[in-house]
Amino acid sequence: MEGKKPKKKNRLETLQGRRLFLKRAGRLSGGAAFLAAGGYMAYSDDPVRRTPEKIHFLPDYRVEPSKMYPLMAIVRGSNVDSMVKQAVDKLGGVSRFIKKGDTVLLKPNVGWDRMPEQGANTGPEVVGSVVDLCRQAGAGRVLVSDVSLNDPRRSFNRSGIEKAVHDYGGEVKICGSDDFVMTDMGGSLLKVWPVSRFLMEADKIINLPIVKHHSLSGCTLSMKNWYGVLGGRRNQLHQDIHTSIVDLAHALKPTLTIMDAVRVLKRNGPTGGNPDDVVRENTVIASLDEVALDSFSLGFLGLVPDDIPFLAMAEARKIGQVDWRSLNVSQSQLG
Amino acid sequence: MPGLRAIRRIYAIFFFALFLFFIFSTDFQHLKGYEVSFFLEIDPLTALAGLLTSYTLYKGLALSLIIIIPTLFLGRFFCSWVCPLGILNQWLSHFANKRRPFEEYKINSYRSIYRIKYYILALLLVLSAFGMLQIGLLDPIALIYRSFNISILPAFDKFDAGIYLNDPLFNGGIFISALFLLIILANRFLTRFWCRVLCPLGALLGVCSQWSLLRIHRDVEKCTDCSKCLQFCQGGCDPDNELRVSECHVCMNCIEQCPETALHYGLAKENSSVSKPLDVGKRRLVETMVAGGVLYPMLRSSISAHASPAPTVIRPPGSLAEEEFLARCIKCAACMRVCPTNVLQPALLETGFEGLWTPILINRQGYCEHHCVLCGQVCPTAAIRPISIEEKIGQKPFDEPIRLGTAFFDRGRCLPWAMQTPCIVCEEVCPTTPKAIWYRPTKVKDRHGKITLVKQPFVEPATCIGCGICENKCPVTDKAAIRVTSVGESRSKNNRMLLEEKKVI
Repeated sequence: MEGKKPKKKNRLETLQGRRLFLKRAGRLSGGAAFLAAGGYMAYSDDPVRRTPEKIHFLPDYRVEPSKMYPLMAIVRGSNVDSMVKQAVDKLGGVSRFIKKGDTVLLKPNVGWDRMPEQGANTGPEVVGSVVDLCRQAGAGRVLVSDVSLNDPRRSFNRSGIEKAVHDYGGEVKICGSDDFVMTDMGGSLLKVWPVSRFLMEADKIINLPIVKHHSLSGCTLSMKNWYGVLGGRRNQLHQDIHTSIVDLAHALKPTLTIMDAVRVLKRNGPTGGNPDDVVRENTVIASLDEVALDSFSLGFLGLVPDDIPFLAMAEARKIGQVDWRSLNVSQSQLG
Repeated sequence: MPGLRAIRRIYAIFFFALFLFFIFSTDFQHLKGYEVSFFLEIDPLTALAGLLTSYTLYKGLALSLIIIIPTLFLGRFFCSWVCPLGILNQWLSHFANKRRPFEEYKINSYRSIYRIKYYILALLLVLSAFGMLQIGLLDPIALIYRSFNISILPAFDKFDAGIYLNDPLFNGGIFISALFLLIILANRFLTRFWCRVLCPLGALLGVCSQWSLLRIHRDVEKCTDCSKCLQFCQGGCDPDNELRVSECHVCMNCIEQCPETALHYGLAKENSSVSKPLDVGKRRLVETMVAGGVLYPMLRSSISAHASPAPTVIRPPGSLAEEEFLARCIKCAACMRVCPTNVLQPALLETGFEGLWTPILINRQGYCEHHCVLCGQVCPTAAIRPISIEEKIGQKPFDEPIRLGTAFFDRGRCLPWAMQTPCIVCEEVCPTTPKAIWYRPTKVKDRHGKITLVKQPFVEPATCIGCGICENKCPVTDKAAIRVTSVGESRSKNNRMLLEEKKVI
């Protein structure tokens, strides 16, 4: 057989000398040690390794209180844009609230895929003129966001808010399922809850609620509007709606609240749908006290503060004052 | 002057890009009046089968004539110039190819299994003639639309491509993915396996192209029988021999490969070889058609949604009555792509075998958006009619809204009814005016005697439109305490429970 090349399947193994044996055994031992170390490090009593979730906290967005200006300004009129601007001017002007370069988050109610005349969402005129005000005050970015109950893209589009925001140089931020961060709300019912991450990006927040009928809580006003920053199974909060509204209002301290009472949905809320349920009240209210603001706005729905348990509960938590008449309130009429 | 092959490549890239653009644009933000169902409408098989099942050539489907008429003259150009699935198969066969050249010659010559597609076509057309539309299962355009809408696009968006706000999920979507992957993988074993062996649209166009005026001709004097023309042949149509004109996609590759310039596309010249006729056994064809005739009553004798109304078979707004719906729906899933809430889902066997992959509403996944009519806008065959918002919600001049079904409370699971706990989320989200869900404030006592005032909800069936938002938003997360079933749906005359549907005031 000598001199003949072995066939492919008969190729011969090289004999192992001591050196080769040590080299191979060394490599294998190294591998074995690596496996053992890996096993030791991965060993755990827990079935799943969990990294602790980062919990966020909400900052206080308010500005310094001032005795010079009223706490609430009620403006009635016909031109929404000038009503909004007048209401803010009465409280000290937009420069009191927005500094140059601030990132401002506006929180209108854009819960539903409805048109402006159905009165289920904050009016696009109000949102547009607030974006305009913020831009004039030199805000760096103006974000407009809400967590809609209907399809968010349709809700922002058909409410007219998307167009109004883009026309005045703001940005619409629609919350997808990844846009929430776990936040400590510090409430009695609301503890750690997923909250829109855009709240954490903002320096200032302006709440832009609308006056609406709501069958469970009686009304949707400024404090109830904060439902729209929550993700998760927030409809479970209905099981104790008054406590959760107060918890939210306690956790969220906005720079300013501007209530849209231009078109008021009187029945069949909060979704509405029939323009016959909507009455033009042509009022815009700017306020630094959400309890007083809600207490005043109840009047549009023919309610009194005693009908609505969350108002007294909010006063007890020192969020604001139910008796708005005893506060410094400015009322004016435009055109 | 670019060669014919270069022109064909430009067309292929253009049409495939157009297909991707239409698929991408099929949503609320991008729709803007684009004819996103264009490829489905130019599909002659959809048009023909729909004509057989419902005796009309519905609107956009007349566009299929712009494919079928040129095919009569020019040959089966659609498959390699226009068809997105054909183009995709071609690219994958070419780029994933590991074969050596001599294997290419072998693999690209005609095989008798290529006849199968004609039998598939015959079977599907016989079923259509009986009124059973199953072409959607295998029609290449419906198949690639469905695969992209249900599988590829959502999979792609897992890498945050930003196509969706929240990634949609689909009922048994993996089966649709698997069929598509099998079709793609088959290219490893036989170039364009799908197009050559199975595609019923290819078969239909093959039949139409057998009399085509213009075709590939081989000059028998110039030809040296080197078989180089086979190397990139897409149809497997034997250009080196007597051409099988029904298999030829007029891809023009053979012309450019021929070192002797023996091949040309056009009318016959002197020394041009003859073509072979369609290779289909008459006996087999008759057998297949008889099989179709037998299959039809067998399929129809199983329980299905049109034999007796099924509670979970809730069809999109504007859908035709079940029997007509199945006679029009080609399972392209365009409605599921455009649906903003992901409520439209491909049915598995809920509606009977005939209804496989037709759209139904699964309200735990989404709900029917009150003012949304997009599904009817994109449906190429009007299985879902294009309706206006006024018609859907019953505004003037329409008296009645379109009802998809009716909601029912499950009082054993409902918080105010069973657990002395306030809730009525269902009432809050109910979109009708007045709300179909109403409540009665009731004092209830728990086991410890504590009294709570709760609002116990009811449904008023005459006002309920069955949109399912109540079921979707119900805080009882697994199986909602209020659920919609199909009874009361506008499209059916039998699926009713009330003697007289009261008018909404």
